[in-house]
Amino acid sequence: MNYNWNWSIFFEPAPGGTGTYFHMLLTGLWLTIQTGIFAWIIALIFGSIVGVLRTLPSKTAYWIGFAWVEFFRNMPLLVQLFLWFFVLPELLPRSWGLWLKQMPNAPFYTAAIGIGLFMSARVAVQLAAGIASLPRGQKQAATALGLTTLQGYRYVLLPIAFRIIMPPLTSEFLNTIKNTAVAITIGLIELTGQARSMQEFSFQVFEAFTAATVMYLLINIIVVTGMRFLERSLAIPGYITGK
Amino acid sequence: MIEINHVSKWYGSTFQALKDCTTKVAKGEVVVVCGPSGSGKSTLIKCVNALEPIQEGDIILDGIKVNDPKTDLPKLRARVGMVFQHFELFPHLKIIENLCLAQEKVLGRSHDEAMAKGAKLLDRVGLKVHANKYPAELSGGQQQRVAIARALAMDPIAMLFDEPTSALDPEMISEVLDVMVDLAREGMTMMVVTHEMGFARKVAHRVIFMDQGEIVEDAQKDDFFGKPRSDRAQKFLSKILSH
Repeated sequence: MNYNWNWSIFFEPAPGGTGTYFHMLLTGLWLTIQTGIFAWIIALIFGSIVGVLRTLPSKTAYWIGFAWVEFFRNMPLLVQLFLWFFVLPELLPRSWGLWLKQMPNAPFYTAAIGIGLFMSARVAVQLAAGIASLPRGQKQAATALGLTTLQGYRYVLLPIAFRIIMPPLTSEFLNTIKNTAVAITIGLIELTGQARSMQEFSFQVFEAFTAATVMYLLINIIVVTGMRFLERSLAIPGYITGK
Repeated sequence: MIEINHVSKWYGSTFQALKDCTTKVAKGEVVVVCGPSGSGKSTLIKCVNALEPIQEGDIILDGIKVNDPKTDLPKLRARVGMVFQHFELFPHLKIIENLCLAQEKVLGRSHDEAMAKGAKLLDRVGLKVHANKYPAELSGGQQQRVAIARALAMDPIAMLFDEPTSALDPEMISEVLDVMVDLAREGMTMMVVTHEMGFARKVAHRVIFMDQGEIVEDAQKDDFFGKPRSDRAQKFLSKILSH
């Protein structure tokens, strides 16, 4: 292979005049983090609501939860992003569609919301499984004390269920961050996008993607460590995850 | 206090769990419900505070019809204490928090008021020193005493016990029964599903014997132990009293 290695490329000024190539990658990293966190918040909020719906005795609630999960988990993420970004504005009334297309940062919002909704289906399934794994008597005890269904979930079922699903939830958080790379296809210049631009400008493909890889690895190590810490601080003495 | 009139209940469309059950528990009365496993005794007691719905008949609790769709069930349930076979303490809450949760969220008591009441009741069941432990750090007998204290914290007008000692090791049964005997002697209205015939002999006013979803015998304690009228009750008694 005839390749001209140049690790000092990171400190050379990038075209565009905003700084070095390293700085360019950092901008991408920051956008990746923002998109990931925004998407994760959406995934947690909608995933929690839908996960609870799937465990309620009401048939209607169950079917709404079922439809949500099957819609968002049975389509490739890429197709979903294209749907929100290219198709949705055409389906809306003309003025709304135009407003959507002209919205500043449209790729960012589309990616964050699209990835968030996609991940919410996965969070919902895990939460529903976590709730279902609790002894039936827990819900009965909460009910017998006079707590309403909402209070029973808020004070009893959810605090235990979330502790139980903490390990798989960590993986979902990591997946959310990694999935933001798909947003490059709708024009979001996040970390993968910046690595690609760097490669195109400088032809240093190995250096660019090595740096991107290391950066992804670093964020995910931070997330894993943070979640471990959270898990430990929330552990219940003597109960499942506790010691 | 508790009136059960011609109650029938089906699980699904085929299995009839309760067949035309009629009985009542007067204020201050202690009624023991016994019978072989699968006879419907736990189902019956869970129908009293509507943890299980009934399809036919009426249940009236302190003058309020339980199976009336207009009844505010959480409010009604808050007035009846329930103790479960598997304790069902909330594992993520400390013992004292288990006692405070429903007092604050359902009865609207202030935190200080709830804490004071909780401490008093923990003292009563002899577990004050464990107030800041988590349920999993206590023995089964201790957990069940906490569960009784949790129910008492709501100042109930009646107490329902669903096999409170069936999940306990033999040496822990008496510490739970002692608490229940004290409660009975203070004049608490109690409906107790149990196999502990010693308890029934000591404090029950009446004994109900159930088999295959039917109330086979409903007699004063002395009559029940002296001369059970039905074959099925005789057989049951000879089996559980033979050792």
